[in-house]
Amino acid sequence: MKFIFTRDTWQEIFGTIRKNKLRTAITVIGVFWGILLFIGLQGAAKGVENGFDMAFKDMATNSIFLWGQQTGIPYAGYNRNRSVRIELSDTYRIANQVEGVQFVAPRNAKGIFDGAPPLVVNKLKSGNYKVFGDYPVIDKVSKKKIRKGRFLNQKDIDEKRKICVIGERIQKELFEKDEDPIGQYIKISNIYFQVVGVYKKNNTDFFEGDNSVFIPFTTFKRVFNTGNRIGWMVIAGYPDEDIVAIEEKTKTLLKRRYDVHPDDERAFGAANLGEMFGKITGFVKGLKFTALIVGIATILAGVIAIGNILLITVKERTKEIGIRRALGAKPGEIRGQIILESVFLTLVAGIFGITIGGLLLSTLNGWTQSLEDFPFVNPTVSLEYIGMALGLMVVLGTLIGLIPAQRAVNVRPIEALREE
Amino acid sequence: MIQIKELHKSYRMGSNHLHVLKGINLDIKEGEFVSIMGSSGSGKSTLLNIIGMLDEAEKGSYILDDVPIKNLSEKKAAIYRNKFLGFIFQSFNLINYKNAAENVALPLYYQGVPRKIRKEKSLYYLEKVGLADWAHHLPSELSGGQKQRVAIARALASEPKVLLADEPTGALDTKTSYEVMDFLQGINDEGKTILVVTHEPDIADMTKRIVMLKDGVIEEDKVVEQVRASQYV
Ligand SMILES: Nc1ncnc2c1ncn2[C@@H]1O[C@H](COP(=O)(O)OP(=O)(O)OP(=O)(O)O)[C@@H](O)[C@H]1O
Ligand SMILES: [Mg+2]
Repeated sequence: MKFIFTRDTWQEIFGTIRKNKLRTAITVIGVFWGILLFIGLQGAAKGVENGFDMAFKDMATNSIFLWGQQTGIPYAGYNRNRSVRIELSDTYRIANQVEGVQFVAPRNAKGIFDGAPPLVVNKLKSGNYKVFGDYPVIDKVSKKKIRKGRFLNQKDIDEKRKICVIGERIQKELFEKDEDPIGQYIKISNIYFQVVGVYKKNNTDFFEGDNSVFIPFTTFKRVFNTGNRIGWMVIAGYPDEDIVAIEEKTKTLLKRRYDVHPDDERAFGAANLGEMFGKITGFVKGLKFTALIVGIATILAGVIAIGNILLITVKERTKEIGIRRALGAKPGEIRGQIILESVFLTLVAGIFGITIGGLLLSTLNGWTQSLEDFPFVNPTVSLEYIGMALGLMVVLGTLIGLIPAQRAVNVRPIEALREE
Repeated sequence: MIQIKELHKSYRMGSNHLHVLKGINLDIKEGEFVSIMGSSGSGKSTLLNIIGMLDEAEKGSYILDDVPIKNLSEKKAAIYRNKFLGFIFQSFNLINYKNAAENVALPLYYQGVPRKIRKEKSLYYLEKVGLADWAHHLPSELSGGQKQRVAIARALASEPKVLLADEPTGALDTKTSYEVMDFLQGINDEGKTILVVTHEPDIADMTKRIVMLKDGVIEEDKVVEQVRASQYV
């Protein structure tokens, strides 16, 4: 192995490489493309993964939205098409009895599923906006970006305070530019509420946008006279729980409670976010895996191309190799030189590809950074992967180099010298 | 230096058996200058290649500098070639992308001689064949005679015991041939053992002993009065 580190070995290798510039370039291009593709795809897949992670990081992704609808099957003396309205107490039941549930957030709203958006008035300005009655825990479902002031808290709930958190657009539409809305009073459905916070739109909300009003759940109940009914609830499972199972168990529990036929699929509506996100996660995983396979396959193809070209070269160099052997080159030295050549070319191509791939990814990152909603963040390739790719190339380069190397020493010197 | 006894060699060509060497006996002492002659196809190159360990005999014994040459591995053969022998070919066989000095240094590289000494030695031997000024030229920039002189320098560089030359003047005109022979005579005068295969009687006359091959055996083996090449140069 010592010969790898001697200057003479490398001079011999550079000598042959320099002499065959074109073939060296062609050889290198194959592996170069392979590693470039490998790095590019891996980085892009990572970027997409990071993008999704970023977009959903402040969100309970393993969750279900659930609401009552109308029954589809007559049962227990009731007709079909009976309206089922879920109640506040169901949330406690579900939180306590269904396994794997982290928390349940009951919600009420005016202006999306039922009713017109209430009129909101500040002095001479007014507009119709959606109003949500929420518990503070809703912040865990989708993190609110508070720009000013604060979000709802437990005290607001307990004291049924008439306070509200408004969206940025409402501030723009109802307040003067230089006016601080915090502490001001606005009228919602003719009742005065004090503004305690302004929130900014985030990308992971479902209904709120930047033009909604949040008020305490208890206050909502009183103001809009909703009794114990709730519009819908968000059931969040612990991150690793099977969210589909949670949905099933929850529905079974509710069916029993509301005398709904066990097979009635219509009585309760649900949107399973967990399932959806599972698909996205699966997609990203698939993307990474595909990128890995395609990358490795391309590297493999590139290395095989190197092997092929070396084989041709060895054929072309039969005479030269014969001369070297007549002058005292041992078979091991010939073999070693050709294998080293193979590994060296592979590595040069690889390092070149990694560098260009890195530049490409950083350019791509620059472009996509300005696209706010595009789920593509920080496309990187871990050092482990790069190490793995380089290791793979050394191994493949050696293995593939063995073939031309053996071919080179299989020709007896006497025959090699006769070659014209 | 070289002792050959009852050496046989045949080539198999399909079902045919071509018996080329049919019992060669040859004894060459240190410092001799021997030419091997014979008609085309008489087995001159075959004999020289066996002596050069590029090929192996079938039967008989061959001892080089008291070392029996038999059943050598490729590696052993390479080491012996490098240590004992210098080759000069009809077609020069220089490596075309290496300059004169690098070509001369090549056997030293395979001997494991350090760079610096390789460089010194290659220049020394190029000087000896009168090509010091051409050290950095590629073979393609040299004339045939110059190429053969580089090849001679290369053969000498490893300081071998025996120089083997297969028609060293075969590709050269008369004048250049004599120049090359002049060099070989100079080297032989310094005590180096040289074997030359040739067709040309005038070249053979410039050696000290002529071995005639015919039908696979030595037909004639005679010591001759050496004609000095310098008188023609
Ligand atoms: N590798 C081989 N396979 C088969 N036959 C061979 C081989 N090498 C040489 N021969 C045959 O052996 C015989 C001797 O060949 P060799 O090259 O020794 O002749 P030579 O005396 O050097 O001839 P020339 O003067 O033409 O160079 C020839 O008939 C040749 O065809
Ligand atoms: Mg011949």
